[in-house]
Amino acid sequence: MDKNRTDLELITSLVDKDSRILDVGCGNGELLKSLKSKKNIIGQGLELKQERVNKCVSRGLSVIQGNADNDLSLYPDLSFDCVILSQTIQATNSPKNILTELVRIGKKAIVSIPNFGYWQVRLGFAAFGKMPITEKLSNNWYDTPNIHLCSILDFVDLCSELNIKIDKTIVLSSKSTKSFNGIPNKLSNFFGEEAIFLIKN
Amino acid sequence: MTTEQNKIQCSYFKDSKPLLLENGTSIDELTVAYESYGKLNKNKSNAIIVCHALSGDQFVASKNPLTNKDGWWDRMVGSGKPIDTDKYYVICPNVLGGCLGSTGPTSINPKTSEQYGLNFPVITISDMVNAQMRLIEHLGIKKLLSAIGGSMGGMQVLEWAASYPESLTSAIPIATSSRHTAQNIAFHELGRQAIMADPNWSNGDYKKAGTNPNKGLSIARMTAHVTYLSEASLTKKFGRRLQDKDEISFGFDADFQIESYLRHQGLTFVDRFDANSYLYITRAMDYFDLEKTHKKTLTEIYEKTNIRFLIASFTGDWLYPPSENLLIVRALSAGGADVSFVNIESDKGHDAFLLDEPEFDDAMKGFIKSVSLEAKI
Repeated sequence: MDKNRTDLELITSLVDKDSRILDVGCGNGELLKSLKSKKNIIGQGLELKQERVNKCVSRGLSVIQGNADNDLSLYPDLSFDCVILSQTIQATNSPKNILTELVRIGKKAIVSIPNFGYWQVRLGFAAFGKMPITEKLSNNWYDTPNIHLCSILDFVDLCSELNIKIDKTIVLSSKSTKSFNGIPNKLSNFFGEEAIFLIKN
Repeated sequence: MTTEQNKIQCSYFKDSKPLLLENGTSIDELTVAYESYGKLNKNKSNAIIVCHALSGDQFVASKNPLTNKDGWWDRMVGSGKPIDTDKYYVICPNVLGGCLGSTGPTSINPKTSEQYGLNFPVITISDMVNAQMRLIEHLGIKKLLSAIGGSMGGMQVLEWAASYPESLTSAIPIATSSRHTAQNIAFHELGRQAIMADPNWSNGDYKKAGTNPNKGLSIARMTAHVTYLSEASLTKKFGRRLQDKDEISFGFDADFQIESYLRHQGLTFVDRFDANSYLYITRAMDYFDLEKTHKKTLTEIYEKTNIRFLIASFTGDWLYPPSENLLIVRALSAGGADVSFVNIESDKGHDAFLLDEPEFDDAMKGFIKSVSLEAKI
């Protein structure tokens, strides 16, 4: 199973059956489609790119063309059981507002991030003094969509500042997947390449 | 317009049961002129209604007998097109108040045996939809697979979904609004004033006077036509290019191509449209305000609806801009409706929905296909 799939599988495991889901940045609708068949969810997507929106629509998914920064205000308070933001928050203009919006709209939210505290990232910068390029962060500094990268610890800090509760964390590295009730241990910030947080207000 | 409505070749549905109107009066003998394409299946479950815009007609995918031009949405409706007539039974009625066969100001008032003219009651979008519902019932269709329309057609679609939620599986309102804005009303008022200022309008009795307010109706059309375009599309198409000359004339002839084009638009319009119809239909659009009519908020109107919605807007449309369409999306989302929204990148103005926009076609095709799969057609 490739890495990307693992990420989606783990997110799927956090989603309740028959729930109402909003997938922010839903791409071609792969996750929504699989949640529909595996968890019988009622799904909505938000996606910016026309081609992907069209793909979703033709797959029978309901999707709104828009982006996380501007269009989350479309949705009323607690209108979804769960809002998913997978590998996107680092590419948004205002991650802080978006986090607040996610837990406003959803009874809970699942947010996954690439961990900037990952040892390979640290090594890349420390050893070579250049912007790190890893499997998860594969763009050059000048063409990356990732303008607000953070480490696992940074994310945990922001949640605490916003009084957002972290119910569960899953930390992924190339070798293992570790689950934590609540916030992860300190080592995760070094060994984790990616983290999935289950959060709520 | 001189052609007698009865001469227009299309299907007619006549209903002697009075149609009660929103203004409290009624139309005692209703006629709905319509075109249909494709075949109704055994369960009558593959029917789609296409609602036309202000200056549209029932000839959505067939030659208009007055202009001899192809159907106004030929590129969207037909064999193998996004609204595929090989699969679906497509109905396009001429609106109530129209001038191509449906009951309107050019029809004969059964009470006086004369043309209605200004004695025609002021109708609304919901009256138009109620008339269409009569036709759908007459055809024995319990549930439409979809109601589709742009601009005023989109308003009818929104009204269909609000008034007859059980009769629709899906709805596609395009480049439209849930209420006419001040700017929308303003442009319509310009058009109406142009018509009424034409002495040949004869207080609406031009038929009796043996005249026709061609000038006024042309100007109305010219004004409206500009609102359907955009600065980018006008610049691209005409720029400052001169018409059949190398130098400006220092006069008031149509020096510029855009002037000549607009004059042509105005002139040809009077051959296919009735001035009073234009007054009535623009009025119906101005009065359109779903929340007011239904005495509920937009969210409440569509709360818990089972209809699947696809809403489409175009970035260069300043007449019914994306923001107006988003208001509907917002309300539908708030009410938990199944809604998709596409905002197509285009600089062609409001008319973009009628023009070559492949991304829009793809969205339409994909949505209709998925709706029909779900409905097992």
